[in-house]
Amino acid sequence: MEKITKEMFTPVSTQDHLIQEMIFDTGATFFKDAWKRFRKNKGGVIGLFAIIFILSMALIGPMLGTHVYNELIAEHIDLPARVPFLENFGIFDGSVNGFNPYITRGLTDVYYWFGTDNLGRDLWARVWMGTRISFFVAFVAVAIDVVFGITYGLVSGYFGGKVDLVMQRVVEVISGIPNLVVVILLVLVLKPGLTSIILALMITGWISMSRVVRSQTLKIKEMEFVLAAKTLGASSFFIIAKEVLPNIIGQIIVMTMFSIPSAIFYESFLAFIGLGLQPPIASLGVLISRGYLAMLTYPHMVTFPVIVLSTLMLSFNLVADGLRDAFDPKMKGF
Amino acid sequence: MEQKPILEVKNLQISFQLNFGVNHVIRDISFHLDKGETLAIVGESGSGKSVTTKSILGLIDDNGAVEVGSCLFRYQKDGKDIEVDLLKCGKDYLQKNIRGNKIAIIFQDPMTSLDPTMKVGNQIMEGMRDHKKVKNRKDAVKRTMELLELVGIDQPEKRINQYPHQLSGGMRQRVVIAIALACEPDVLIADEPTTALDVTIQSQILELIKDIQKKTGVAIIFITHDLGVVANVADRVAVMYAGKIVETGLASEIYYNPKHPYTWGLLSSIPSMSGQNEEILSIPGTPPNLIQPPKGDAFAYRSDYAMAIDFEEHPPMFKVSDTHYVASWLLHPDAPKVNMPSVLRARIDSYKKRGDTHE
Amino acid sequence: MLKYISKRVFWSIVTLLIIIFILFLLLQFMPGTPFDDEKLTEAQRIIMYAKYGLDAPFWQRFGIYLRNILFEGDFGISLALQKNQLVQDIVLPRLGISVRIGLQALMLGTTMGIIYGVISGANKNTWVDTITTFVAVLGVSVPSYVFALLLSYFFGYKWRIFSITYRHGTPFWSSILPTISLSMFVMAQTTRFLRTELIEVLSSEYIKLVEAKGVKRIKVIFRHGIRNALISVVTILGPLTVTLMTGSLVVERVYGVPGIGDLLVEGILTNDFNVIVMIAFIYSALYITMNLAVDILYGIIDPRIRVAKGG
Repeated sequence: MEKITKEMFTPVSTQDHLIQEMIFDTGATFFKDAWKRFRKNKGGVIGLFAIIFILSMALIGPMLGTHVYNELIAEHIDLPARVPFLENFGIFDGSVNGFNPYITRGLTDVYYWFGTDNLGRDLWARVWMGTRISFFVAFVAVAIDVVFGITYGLVSGYFGGKVDLVMQRVVEVISGIPNLVVVILLVLVLKPGLTSIILALMITGWISMSRVVRSQTLKIKEMEFVLAAKTLGASSFFIIAKEVLPNIIGQIIVMTMFSIPSAIFYESFLAFIGLGLQPPIASLGVLISRGYLAMLTYPHMVTFPVIVLSTLMLSFNLVADGLRDAFDPKMKGF
Repeated sequence: MEQKPILEVKNLQISFQLNFGVNHVIRDISFHLDKGETLAIVGESGSGKSVTTKSILGLIDDNGAVEVGSCLFRYQKDGKDIEVDLLKCGKDYLQKNIRGNKIAIIFQDPMTSLDPTMKVGNQIMEGMRDHKKVKNRKDAVKRTMELLELVGIDQPEKRINQYPHQLSGGMRQRVVIAIALACEPDVLIADEPTTALDVTIQSQILELIKDIQKKTGVAIIFITHDLGVVANVADRVAVMYAGKIVETGLASEIYYNPKHPYTWGLLSSIPSMSGQNEEILSIPGTPPNLIQPPKGDAFAYRSDYAMAIDFEEHPPMFKVSDTHYVASWLLHPDAPKVNMPSVLRARIDSYKKRGDTHE
Repeated sequence: MLKYISKRVFWSIVTLLIIIFILFLLLQFMPGTPFDDEKLTEAQRIIMYAKYGLDAPFWQRFGIYLRNILFEGDFGISLALQKNQLVQDIVLPRLGISVRIGLQALMLGTTMGIIYGVISGANKNTWVDTITTFVAVLGVSVPSYVFALLLSYFFGYKWRIFSITYRHGTPFWSSILPTISLSMFVMAQTTRFLRTELIEVLSSEYIKLVEAKGVKRIKVIFRHGIRNALISVVTILGPLTVTLMTGSLVVERVYGVPGIGDLLVEGILTNDFNVIVMIAFIYSALYITMNLAVDILYGIIDPRIRVAKGG
């Protein structure tokens, strides 16, 4: 402690010391903040890595294998999984239920990492091709329903009055019908195929998005600056869009993340009950529904697509959970 | 023989862990509470007043920790005198012996303080029965009715079975007070109990609290950001700024002879009722963030009376009288003589003249 | 309150009627006419056409269709599964089993879900919480048919603990595996939801006040936390019912349960549209009824709605 001298008591202007006024800022925007929080969520991070991994495999997987995905080789039907290095450890050595078709058919130099299906096609390639399809279907469906949901909510909330009333009644009726019924009926009527399935998936997802957007729009609409903009002749529709969207972008991302596994599931479910994609397109769901038939004798046909599908859905759910917690401003400090 | 204070806080320091740093909310405070008196702790939002009292009951959030300090509480149990440091005993001890039982708290917002799905009567009875203050339900009901009357709720027989949403804000706050008094505590902590209420209800609740103190002799710590609210209720006042106590004294000393520039600012910013066209003074600037606490006297950055030493070292408590202490370098013998703003001086003089004596 | 209920009932009925209309519309687009079976005589055919108004213009046909449904529950004739049988005679006998297993799964799922949800919510961020949460995420991610496959493979086939298919003779015992498979999603979703609700409730102001009263932590959780959190759980019963319906299609197939889910899949495979329509209607009606029940239930258990502002 230094000695206190008389000079220290000279008055000082506080202007120089207004540095304290500076707002302590880590320079973090909303997203940087959220990303930091997300990183701490172990589940979310693992999920993210898993998604990236599976996506990569979907892209390059079929090329890594030794066989072409749609080639049918009659002598190679119903072969279990056989992986070169691992077979020395007794796993993936091509045997199932006690017998080994590789040996019995004399296929000593043939390897199929995931085995083959009942038509002799390489399952490794088919699983990854199927993943591409499943991804594609899910993404397109979700993308459309997000856009549609946001638009519907904006329009309904902005115009209000009669328009809103009618639009909300429509929503109520549609949400009164279970998704299951809507999806099945649509696909039935439109004949199972890529477009009809995407359409069906999309129809069921947009409602919750539109609800959120609508309530936010209603809130913003009441604010005075909108009236001011209108008086000045500006189009308040876009102003509202500009105000509503940034506020809810976090929620939108989370909801999108949650709808993807739902879409993937529904697509595979449709395949399972016979309303799936038709050949030659084969998604994971189609593979599973075919493989299930031989589950007891050749479990590998159903196991590999099931694992990939489940992991995919699990990862998206983990990421969605992590994002939801990361965007939640109520989290205290940690 | 002077009685020891029932509550004695010494050199308390509390900080909170945040994402990007440590927030030193309470940087070193000491105060005491005597039996039967009302101590007002005054400060701006964010000065740490609530944190102080919550820490007494061990109710601060998980990311907060008491770094240093003690809080001695003296009470009687089964005829024996007990003295315990509330910050050192575990949560179990606090739950069993202190919370609700000996020290009770009233929160700020009556709209969110009550469980919306439980009848009001049951919420009052909960503490009594858990702490075994009553023998059975019948006694509990009887006592609850008495409490409802004490806090000024009409038709207690009807109210006891109602849900919180059926009561107005003022009534809900009365219920909260009744809950606090249920076990006849020694100390009542009122954390901004009137801030969320309409002005007319505010004065009713203040009157009620005063009344209760007269009837039961409970000691009260009254937390507020509004010196005006406290004027009629407090025996002693402690003014807090940036996690430290800057001035403390009897109510009359603080109101008629304030010495710290922050206190001047607070008193000046109360709109005057005299109707003359006075300036309403406000304190420029904002409270500092305590993640990087300022060196020296934290208030200096907003004060018109700052001196070089204020930016170097924090002032100690200077004694003005046995009961009046001020933490400001302005009271150092080497400091220039400074007077409170003339507007404030005039106002205080007019109060004195009008005979607004304060006991 | 009564006004609210009657309004909801009214709109539910309207929705059902609209659904019937939509179903009717879709029927018009689906190929194939009934009654082109050779076994029918011309006279019979004429009678049938008249009964179902197949020669009449659109709106008249719809009117007849609607009347048949509302007054007789008559959804027409099966086109493929059991030709010339009334659809209702095929569907209704199978309804009971599906409802029973569905209810079993719902009860099992929600009960276990609540228990797990409380355990993980009350012990937030401990290892108990982490494990429970992870298992719950797994439960909502892994499709129900995978569970059905796994459970039937291991417990039914390999280890032979439970029966692999449903048998009428042992209505309860052989329904265990289907019930468990079906309940997985419900259990997992309830756990997640209750956990979130409980955590939110436990961080509210009034819980702080209860703690300040000196109430023991565990009593705080049970007396105040769980009660408030449970109220919100009621709101997810509607969507959960849908997942049960969806799941039942596969679970019934895998275990050979003769319910309407299995029948629906059959109908889809054979393009028996009348069967499909009737079952679709039943599902919709179940869903709407469930939603209505949930709304009413919520109004009863939440005192803020049940007891109007008075005094």
